[in-house]
Amino acid sequence: MKEQLEAIQVEALEKIAGTDEIKTLQEVRVAYLGKKGSLTGVLKGMGKLSKEERPVIGEIANKVRDAITAALDEKNEKLEQKALEKQLEAEAIDVTLPGKPVNQGGPHLLTSIVEEIEDLFTGMGYEVREGPEVETDYFNFEALNLPKDHPARDMQDTFYITNELLMRTHTSPVQARTMQEYQGGKSFKMICPGKVYRRDNDDATHSHQFTQIEGLYVDKNVRMSDLKGTLDVFAKKMFGEDREIRLRPSFFPFTEPSVEMDISCKVCKGAGCSVCKGTGWIEILGGGMVHPRVLEMAGYDPKEYSGFAFGMGPERIAMLKYGVNDIRAFYTNDKRFLKQYHQA
Amino acid sequence: MLVSYNWLKNYVDLGEITPEQLAEKITKSGIEVDHVTYIAEKSTNVVVGYVASCEKHPDADKLNVCQVDVGEETLQIVCGAPNVAKGQKVAVALPGASLPGDIKIKKVKLRGVESNGMICSLKELGLDPNYIPTDVADGIFVFPEETVVGESVTSLLNLDDAVLEFDLTPNRADALSMLGVAYEVAAILDQPITLPDETLNITSKESAHDVISVEVEAEDLNPYYGAFLIKDVEIKASPLWMRNYLMAAGIRPINNVVDITNYVLLEYGQPLHAFDYDRFASDKIVVRCAVDGEKITTLDDQERTLAAETLVITNGKEATAIAGVMGGANSEVVGETKNVLLEAAYFNGASIRKTVKATGLRSEASTRYEKGIDPNRVRRAGIRACNLLQQYASGTVLADVVEFDALDRSESIVEVNTNRVNERLGTEIDAPTIAAILNRLDFTFDQAGDDFTVHVPTRRGDITIFEDMLEEIARIYGYDHLPYTLPVGVAQSGGLTGRQALKRMVKNYLQGVGLMETMTYSLTNGEDISKLISPEVNEQNPQGVSLAMPMSEDRKYLRLSILPELLHTLTYNQARNQANLAFYEVGNVFISDEETLTKQPTELLRASGAVTGRWVEHPWQQEVKDVDFFVVKGIVEGLFDFLQIPVTFSPAKLADMHPGRTATLEVDGNIVGFIGQLHPTLEKALDLKATYVFDINLDVLIKKYDGEPSFSAIPKYPSIERDIAFILDDTIHAGDVQALIKEVGAPLVKQVKIFDVYQGENVEDGKKSIAYSLLYQHPDKTLKDDEVEASYQEVVESVNQRFNAYVRS
Ligand SMILES: [Zn+2]
Repeated sequence: MKEQLEAIQVEALEKIAGTDEIKTLQEVRVAYLGKKGSLTGVLKGMGKLSKEERPVIGEIANKVRDAITAALDEKNEKLEQKALEKQLEAEAIDVTLPGKPVNQGGPHLLTSIVEEIEDLFTGMGYEVREGPEVETDYFNFEALNLPKDHPARDMQDTFYITNELLMRTHTSPVQARTMQEYQGGKSFKMICPGKVYRRDNDDATHSHQFTQIEGLYVDKNVRMSDLKGTLDVFAKKMFGEDREIRLRPSFFPFTEPSVEMDISCKVCKGAGCSVCKGTGWIEILGGGMVHPRVLEMAGYDPKEYSGFAFGMGPERIAMLKYGVNDIRAFYTNDKRFLKQYHQA
Repeated sequence: MLVSYNWLKNYVDLGEITPEQLAEKITKSGIEVDHVTYIAEKSTNVVVGYVASCEKHPDADKLNVCQVDVGEETLQIVCGAPNVAKGQKVAVALPGASLPGDIKIKKVKLRGVESNGMICSLKELGLDPNYIPTDVADGIFVFPEETVVGESVTSLLNLDDAVLEFDLTPNRADALSMLGVAYEVAAILDQPITLPDETLNITSKESAHDVISVEVEAEDLNPYYGAFLIKDVEIKASPLWMRNYLMAAGIRPINNVVDITNYVLLEYGQPLHAFDYDRFASDKIVVRCAVDGEKITTLDDQERTLAAETLVITNGKEATAIAGVMGGANSEVVGETKNVLLEAAYFNGASIRKTVKATGLRSEASTRYEKGIDPNRVRRAGIRACNLLQQYASGTVLADVVEFDALDRSESIVEVNTNRVNERLGTEIDAPTIAAILNRLDFTFDQAGDDFTVHVPTRRGDITIFEDMLEEIARIYGYDHLPYTLPVGVAQSGGLTGRQALKRMVKNYLQGVGLMETMTYSLTNGEDISKLISPEVNEQNPQGVSLAMPMSEDRKYLRLSILPELLHTLTYNQARNQANLAFYEVGNVFISDEETLTKQPTELLRASGAVTGRWVEHPWQQEVKDVDFFVVKGIVEGLFDFLQIPVTFSPAKLADMHPGRTATLEVDGNIVGFIGQLHPTLEKALDLKATYVFDINLDVLIKKYDGEPSFSAIPKYPSIERDIAFILDDTIHAGDVQALIKEVGAPLVKQVKIFDVYQGENVEDGKKSIAYSLLYQHPDKTLKDDEVEASYQEVVESVNQRFNAYVRS
């Protein structure tokens, strides 16, 4: 019987090896291991064996069955794998065909710049304030130390609506409004972004509408060096850690002393080139210490309080940062222009 | 202000500093120097020559053959200039010379005659034709007789001078004069200043009082008027050095008298006016305000009609000058002028500004008056001019100045404390350093330890308070030397307000669903102002706020809707082959019901969008779809869903919108915007394909949005879905049925969705089938079939009764 069993094993393993279809393999399984299978047949004859022989042959028979089962399972797995591979091959697609486009929107470049500046200053504890675009002469000029006959009013050609109402020429009236709201009794930091308007003919460097962001800090003992330090942080975060700032004396009716801030030219690193007109510096913003009369008019005692203020143009910053060379491009809204700066 | 480097050297020792270095120093100290330009490109080998003879060229009518003595030799030069003549001293470019424009001078033959050089005009030497005196504009330049033959023309004509162009801020009126610039440069360089010669030797026994009197009727507008009389002047060209400086400063030389007034104007910043005394035709000067409608013909031969507040100089009868702005033609200095009446006056800046505005006339004089002149230089400038008229116009200055004088010449006194300076600047400057800075500025002061009492010279009218002095000290100390510090005071958390945060959320949402943000102008034209205004805006009877003085009709009104400008951007892009466009903008519109504004208009924040062209563009899988109403509606619904604000859409007929494809948006029963397709007529007018728009009142959404997403538990018990299809009249709106189902089915019906709309076979004409999917759910238990069935039947009955609809089997 032992020989018979061994012969079955050899035969079965040969058959399994020679099979390459799952269906045929199933037939092999039935032929050897099924109820009427040859191994089953042999095992049925075990009853005739002696007590001593039975466990020996039984062990052999189990081994034979295990070997055949293992071979069948292994082969089955192989064939299934093969079949799956075949199926997947048939399912192959041309992955180089284009995908289904997703409609992509994005922010306007000026919004990106404004939000970046907002985030930078809110991180330093500034609140963000807004105000009306149609302003009163009082808040746009008078409260900022620009009385009706002040020569500096020539600097800002204004769109008047009536004698007392106008399109704001800067976002500074928001500063005056904030100070009045706090009635001279509160220290605060704020920035105010927004649209402003000037009587300018639109060309590559002028626009009758543009955006502005101003900042104001009012407290006891505000120093001009605080302004310098703050602007330095701003410049480095906005334009890069390797940029230097330079302050120059300037004039604004609402600040005294006043400053103009330049940053070192990125292109030539200060050596002078065509971008910076040979100076090594590029003008970025204006600012200064809040004029005592402005504080006073808003109800702050200039002996007790001082402050600094600054203002900048997001268009100018965008032009410098991204090489936009015509201010009208911001307002033409050419889709190709808009898309180009969605990651800005 | 154009500042000649060579001229400046007369007052301050500039040492080895180049014009560019000087410009950099001045810029850093507070006056921005825009450009440094050179008077002329470099030329070499151009010398003064003497025209010993001048004869006609044998073969050319327009040429002359000259023998020119250039010192070491005499050259034969063929010259084409019409004004060349024997006996002149001229500029000769020698063979080998180079002239501006890369011109090299060689020995040549002109029509057979040898020519060994070139006689030059000022233009050929590189001077700006705008400032070359008219009498030498068309020919060669002739030097004064005393000029030395053989000398290089470079310094004679100031050709190596550099001009610094100042971009002055309005407070620095002091730098509108060479003396003011000299004080500034002297302070920057820590150098002393040399003042011009202000001495006057009067030889005449005659007093000006004998020939002229001054009467001022408007003392507040004209606190000082000084009249000088100079007799027997000889009108001729002014000295070459003066002409050179004037040209460098951008002023065309005319004659000695006019040039001297201009020169002193530039030197002192004090406008002067020279009248022809005989043509002035009176022994009386009366300064008064013009009579409304009074006429005067000015120097430029324009007749001007004056307003009542304009200050004029008169001879007692008629106006002879518009004060501080321009002289009259009737008393102008001309070639025959013998006796000069010289005015040095102080006019009120605000008054001159009004005159400039009213007349549209602006001059070097008016600019200085407007910005404010130094009261202590008025008389001195007159004396300086008399000095120069004596020297260069052979005039006889009469004794005495005839004056009206009520001028306040007092200095501002400013107290400066060292500690206060340091507190404000964040510095540690000591008292001796402050004293040194004040000395450099040439300000006098009294010092007591850390306290300074500064007497601010009247030339610096901009300095009146401590903060002004603080800037002076800081800028001379150097802004570069200020330390970097950060605020140490207020602790404030900062951040965005709810409104600002929501604005960002709305923008991010719209961008996320595929819209690009635009930024258009708030100002629009008379036609667009009335287009595409949302009904709830229109209800407020908006009048269209307009500018008093628009730049153009195109930008005259404040917009009442963002859409018209947004649509123009679509047209713009389509014209550039950008056909598929999805734009939005968030911004203000300006509403007022007043015809004449007495208060600020309401500024309403809106989000508007416009979409045209393909929405889905995926052709190889046959998915290509243009935008339609429901794409845009989906975007808007999504926005409201995102903000958790319930919104309903109602069909609406609005101007400029497709009558069958437009809906208003309502929140709590109030209109908050609209959505729909543009009217095809408008689409055609704008050259647009089918375009869908929306316009939403963000202010309402901001108020409604509570800022916090509300928590509601995720349902524990299973839901049951039931579908139902109704056959209804075609005119019934699916949304109305949906609303009824929700209403009747509440509270078990959680959701009602439309999943099929059908017309055609098996549905009779005039009817449609709409299939709804109802989601039933109970928060606390599993619903039983009979509970659902009861609710379902109630829904069927209600819809049947309200809309005459039956269930499709
Ligand atoms: Zn550079």
